[in-house]
Amino acid sequence: MPHTVRPRVGLFVTCLVDLFRPSIGFAAVKLLEDAGCEVIVPAQTCCGQPAFNSGDRVDARALAEQAMDAFAGCDYIVAPSGSCGGMMAKHYPELFADDPNLAGRAQTFAGKCHELVSFLTDVLGVTKVNAAFPREVTYHDSCSGLRELNVARQPRKLLGSVEGLQLTEMKECDVCCGFGGAFAVKYGEISDAIVSKKIENVCASGAPVLLAGDLGCLMNMAGKLSRDGREIEVRHVAEVLAGFTHEPPIGAPKEGEA
Amino acid sequence: MTSPAFKQNAHDALGDKQLQQALGNVRAGFIDKRAQAADRLPEFEALRDSARDIKDHVLAHLDLYLERYETKVRESGGQVHFARTAQEACATIVDICKAQGARTVTKGKSMVSEEIGLNAAIEAAGMEAIETDLGEYIIQLRHEAPSHIIAPAVHLTKEQVESDFRRLHKHLPEDRDLSQAEALLGEARMVLRKRFLEADVGITGANFLVAETGTSIIVTNEGNGDLTQTLPRVHIVIASIEKIVPTLEDAAQILRVLGRSATGQDMSVYTTLSTGPRRSDDVDGPQAYHVVLVDNGRSAMLGTEFEEMLRCIRCGACMNHCPVYHAVGGHAYGWVYPGPMGAVLSPSLLGVDKAGHLPNASTFCGRCESVCPARIPLPKLMRHWREREYERHLAPATYRYGLGLWAFFARRPWLYKLATGVAMPVLSFFGRKKGRFARLPLASGWTDHRDMPAPQGKTFQTQWRERGGRTR
Repeated sequence: MPHTVRPRVGLFVTCLVDLFRPSIGFAAVKLLEDAGCEVIVPAQTCCGQPAFNSGDRVDARALAEQAMDAFAGCDYIVAPSGSCGGMMAKHYPELFADDPNLAGRAQTFAGKCHELVSFLTDVLGVTKVNAAFPREVTYHDSCSGLRELNVARQPRKLLGSVEGLQLTEMKECDVCCGFGGAFAVKYGEISDAIVSKKIENVCASGAPVLLAGDLGCLMNMAGKLSRDGREIEVRHVAEVLAGFTHEPPIGAPKEGEA
Repeated sequence: MTSPAFKQNAHDALGDKQLQQALGNVRAGFIDKRAQAADRLPEFEALRDSARDIKDHVLAHLDLYLERYETKVRESGGQVHFARTAQEACATIVDICKAQGARTVTKGKSMVSEEIGLNAAIEAAGMEAIETDLGEYIIQLRHEAPSHIIAPAVHLTKEQVESDFRRLHKHLPEDRDLSQAEALLGEARMVLRKRFLEADVGITGANFLVAETGTSIIVTNEGNGDLTQTLPRVHIVIASIEKIVPTLEDAAQILRVLGRSATGQDMSVYTTLSTGPRRSDDVDGPQAYHVVLVDNGRSAMLGTEFEEMLRCIRCGACMNHCPVYHAVGGHAYGWVYPGPMGAVLSPSLLGVDKAGHLPNASTFCGRCESVCPARIPLPKLMRHWREREYERHLAPATYRYGLGLWAFFARRPWLYKLATGVAMPVLSFFGRKKGRFARLPLASGWTDHRDMPAPQGKTFQTQWRERGGRTR
């Protein structure tokens, strides 16, 4: 463990995980605690990305300020998402660039923000996890994590340490799944065409389990897979790394209800 | 211009089987070749920085370089015409052609000529305009607009081209084999040879205009540009003002990323430099050389958040890597410039009220920016258009209300906690049997195409508090 004093990590749960799949949040807490962090979860809502990407700067700034206030006093702010992580680490400074009162604060805050898996490997130096998942899996690189935060080898490295897990790469694993936040609803037909190509590649990999690091993409792909009647399990990479695979996969019935 | 109907265009494109088959070629044809070309060159990333810096420098001193360029063109015996608008540019070119008594005008591929509607203007003046780039020739036969900035006919399969040639080239014997691309190329070449020799005026675009020498540079793979500009009596170069680079050295730098980004070639097959009309000791070349410099809205982008778009060198890499372009093709964008570069440029030139869909129809996956040789932050610029649109209340009302409602809750954490604390367990209860919803009120945009996974139950934050987890 590189730290003698336990780093104080604020978990930015993300709205989607908070609302739809809390097990990802608990997996993140376990991974961070196992790596020697003290985890706190300040009351929080949204990072502001939906407003930011919709051109609504006023709400985006208000939500960013709210998040910076909520997480003041944390050594690091970590999100189980490259999308929300990228929003905070890359776009908060852009959002306040023309505001002399907040530009410096946004810059400092952004420097403390990380996506979960890359935080574990790149900041904390984690090289293996204590989990078993004896399945063949394939991994989708979510766009923001990949291109804004360079998250690609880190999840593969840690997945490699999961006992029994075999990673089979799909074709075009780095191509967008068609989610894109509001895009999936505003341009549903185009989004559908993109996710259809994506799941063709997922299925062609032959792996019965699909993993990724962003719940938005996962819900999009899981929703399409189930709509097309494809029996592929969809899970967040943190759940597998934390050994939290007892939960039904995304979009699957609860135990005993099927 | 059908950009306001983007959604309908996209719907039609998604249902067009032939188009979808042709679009498969974009995905297969460009991406790996570019990646390999970039990998082969250790300094590729440094050259991208250099391309960005050269262009930024020019844009910061554009007036200076335009004047220097103009002076050099005049010194070499050519003429420079400045055109503020598309109409002025067309009128200038038509006047030059008329003064020559031209009947036939050949054209090399030029996107700015598509932008200003030059072919229509030439034809309205009673002259014939003939496209000589194979792709442009094909779409001219079909009375279509280009669907890609470097591969104008990429939306077509070779079977479609064969049937067009059989329909319109009356001289073709029925037993002539045109099943291969090479045969189609040979056929077009034979027809075009005659037209090259007939032409009175040749019009080409420009990839670069070099300020230190007054030279225009074009790159082609078919050599049609050379025949277009050397055979007729008059050569007209049409180019937009941001094509200027200070020196030949700068052009050479950017050329190293252009071909690689566009087609994965180290260099295009032909890189042609032309400086002024034929000199007394030249063996060939035109008697007159004109350059028409088109503004058409670009100078209004200078000094704004969209200035970076003027770094674009028109390689097409952004659309080649765009999942939205792959799905719907170029015509859906409804105007000359498709894909991510079009999603930024078209609103600048047409107005965001007309082209507003384009910057919205992006997942912000960022792949375009990751391959742009001039490092244009395309998603950021699309987002700026969304901001302008939002400020002007142009975004659809239902979308604004939905977003506003979300922001109302998100900005009030206690209300968010209260509402989601109740709503998520309820939603979870109704979704428990299947674990997903095939239909949800107000969410048809999602559920028309895919299921909505059901929430697990209580929110994370509720559970965290119940477990006594630390919140501060």
